[in-house]
Amino acid sequence: MADLTAAQRVALARNPKRPGTADFIAALFTDFFEQRGDRLCREDPSILGGVALFHGVPVTVIGHRKGRDLQENLRCNFGMPSPEGYRKAQRLMKAAEKFGRPVITFIDTPGAYPGLEAEARGQGEAIASCLAVMSGLNVPLIAVVTGEGGSGGALALAMGNTVLMLENAVYSVLSPEGFASILWKDSSRAEEACGVMKLTAADLFGLGVIDSVLPEPEGGAQEDPAALYETLDAALTAALRKAGRIADPAAHRRRKFAAMGERFLIEAGKEEL
Amino acid sequence: MDTRFSQRKQRLLRLKVLREGQAAEVQRVSAQAVFEKCPGCGEAVSKTQWARELYVCPKCGYHRPLGGYLRLSTLLDPGTFRELEPRLAAKNGLDFPGYDDKLAAQRRRTGLADAVVAAKGRICGMPAVVAVMDSRFLMGSMGVAAGEKIARAAHTARRAKLPLIVFCASGGARMQEGILSLMQMAKTAEAITELRDAGGLYVACLTHPTTGGVTASFASLGDITLAEPGALIGFAGPRVIEQTIGEKLPEGFQSAEYQLEHGFVDAVVPRAELKETLCRILKLHAKGGAAHG
Repeated sequence: MADLTAAQRVALARNPKRPGTADFIAALFTDFFEQRGDRLCREDPSILGGVALFHGVPVTVIGHRKGRDLQENLRCNFGMPSPEGYRKAQRLMKAAEKFGRPVITFIDTPGAYPGLEAEARGQGEAIASCLAVMSGLNVPLIAVVTGEGGSGGALALAMGNTVLMLENAVYSVLSPEGFASILWKDSSRAEEACGVMKLTAADLFGLGVIDSVLPEPEGGAQEDPAALYETLDAALTAALRKAGRIADPAAHRRRKFAAMGERFLIEAGKEEL
Repeated sequence: MDTRFSQRKQRLLRLKVLREGQAAEVQRVSAQAVFEKCPGCGEAVSKTQWARELYVCPKCGYHRPLGGYLRLSTLLDPGTFRELEPRLAAKNGLDFPGYDDKLAAQRRRTGLADAVVAAKGRICGMPAVVAVMDSRFLMGSMGVAAGEKIARAAHTARRAKLPLIVFCASGGARMQEGILSLMQMAKTAEAITELRDAGGLYVACLTHPTTGGVTASFASLGDITLAEPGALIGFAGPRVIEQTIGEKLPEGFQSAEYQLEHGFVDAVVPRAELKETLCRILKLHAKGGAAHG
């Protein structure tokens, strides 16, 4: 499917029939025990997480949840987490470290929720603290961008030792609509924004932001979920095996993210200033 | 051309002031008998008075943004300013249309290589690393260069066992650097985490505006968090929130005072008291950072 435009991939990434975290957990893991609540304020269903077995080995799984039908969509706020969701994720990651199990995350969110209560309860602080927790987390973390990787709300779960991305998933600093609105003051130019944002898996692989692109079934993941699960299963198995050989996962992760964009650094010439 | 020349002259003089510690010079340079309206209350205030008041309105207390060098000149002890990597910049990594020209124009206009100025210096005799985001450069937005500058400031502080003070002022991520800009959140957060794990003190000073990816990374990770009066501090911008919830936001939403009330900053500090406050914080942590010398 190399001939799809960026805008077409954005549409596929947002397809309501596209498999999500709950589907991956059901298909790839056994004995899932869901952990709920941030222990401070409330449970945020837009982030789903818990402990499960992956081929018999305990892992912590965390992912964004958009919901399957309208009722679930509303309950999950269409996959836009509040600070409580990110604080739950931190709690689960720390538990994973305590019990020495790897963390697998599935990224699929339009972004962190930009609402009044979310701001009042510290959306920025919640995401920042997720990044801080992942920076120091001494177990392997494998992140898979499966749908929409929207902004800081996506990155908050995505500091992986390995970052995988589905072929038609997208990952960007902001939604194309928000991007067009900020840069051109016109959100209707979203399609144009898709073209310049470099948000497809192939683009991000080229920029060194992700480690590999996982192929999807013809027509997109929703056309043949079973085939996608097989691909994911093999990719996660390989990634976990590789990550298991890293002596210091936290240091490895820090080195990896410290190098992001490094090759574009220059010294501005004296005459330029 | 004339304004460009005078801006350059001002900047060079400011640098000279920083190096030689003639703080009074700053005022003389801008002492043209011209008035500038306060963006807060509309009152006309003379440029001399703006400079004398550290760009705080004497009538209503409105805090105007301070450029990187000017901010440092208000904090560092005379003669102690040592700039860190003044020319660190980044290429147009995404080949974003028009971005090269924009960068070139911003560099000429501001004399800055990118949106962060960092320096080693002394505050009340105590050494520290200070990084300042300069909102004149593409609204202080964080791209690869700005992220790297903050991260390197944190690494310098950690290796030299010095406290780190960062003045945040940012519209958020640098849109033209797309995903690379987003990755700077991870990079800066990990640099701060390393400093913190090594026992180093990190003071975040949130100034107008601190938003987006900066709020969701190093701005929110301070051991101590200060804010300037009236500063807008938040993750999502007010316009986006209003569009999302379909109603007007209450007066003062996301102000420094609001964040104080909601538990996200330790103190709102008027600019005139900032140096004294930082001195006290550094003094209080001089032994507390034992692992840190």
